[in-house]
Amino acid sequence: MFMKEIALHVMDIVQNSISAGATLIEINVNVRHDIDEMSVSVNDNGCGMSREQANKVISPFATSRTTRKVGLGIPFFKAGAEVCDGTFTLNSEPGVGTFIGVTYRISHIDRPPMGDMAETMVTLVACNESIDFVYDYTVDGNRFVFDTREIRKILGEEVPLNLPDITTWMKDYLYQGIEELNGGI
Amino acid sequence: MKSLQELEAIRKKTLESINLRKENAGTRIVVGMATCGIAAGARPVLASFMDEIARRSIQNVVVAQTGCIGICRLEPIVEVYKPDQEKVTYCKVTPDMVSRIVTEHIVNDRVVSEYTIGYYENNQK
Repeated sequence: MFMKEIALHVMDIVQNSISAGATLIEINVNVRHDIDEMSVSVNDNGCGMSREQANKVISPFATSRTTRKVGLGIPFFKAGAEVCDGTFTLNSEPGVGTFIGVTYRISHIDRPPMGDMAETMVTLVACNESIDFVYDYTVDGNRFVFDTREIRKILGEEVPLNLPDITTWMKDYLYQGIEELNGGI
Repeated sequence: MKSLQELEAIRKKTLESINLRKENAGTRIVVGMATCGIAAGARPVLASFMDEIARRSIQNVVVAQTGCIGICRLEPIVEVYKPDQEKVTYCKVTPDMVSRIVTEHIVNDRVVSEYTIGYYENNQK
């Protein structure tokens, strides 16, 4: 019933940030084997939600979409973490942005695999040319940061990030950076 | 090894081709990326389109994403918009269908009828 990969949950949660008009979306993953816990969060500078709205989105029967009356992205993310002895946090402020984070007990049998975070990042970046993305990945203190603002600085204004040559480079760069930190998480 | 320095070289190479891209109104490939699409496997489909287009160096094609189209049971859904042609909707798309859609439809203008939503709905009795 849940997404097969944590990377797919992230992709799904980020869609909310995109709908909220965010221009900067930061994804943070921190893996700590010493305390058997990993945290995954999405932080955006979108329009934010009121306290009332924020309480509502945790229910599957709330959505701002008009094609259907249920929205399952956030409830899935929350339930998927909580069954793994994890936690769920949502902080949002109108006009400032939204933070959604979960934790998982790494060794829990139901914890989804991290999945293909590189593919999640590249598809998000390629399809949302006007938005900046940061992927901040830490495993036991070793850190890899992918930041489209840095890439834009090198490419200059006239080169869009969704050119095939650039997306191919980004994918390889991400795979390499993630692979270096991975001990099979 | 991939490094940020390598980007500089790609930048120089791509600057020349960018002007070409701007001149023509191109093809748009739009993949449904709401919870339903993602859960059904839309991300590998979108990535396959990007890979196929890069691999074949096809110009003037943009891969984009959209939200829920409202027919979640048929996800992953892919819509192809070509200039001056009617929109074509493919349903239950998998990565192994992608190279055929690109070769036949995107490159050669022949719609892959048996992957379309119309074909699927008419043959589900």
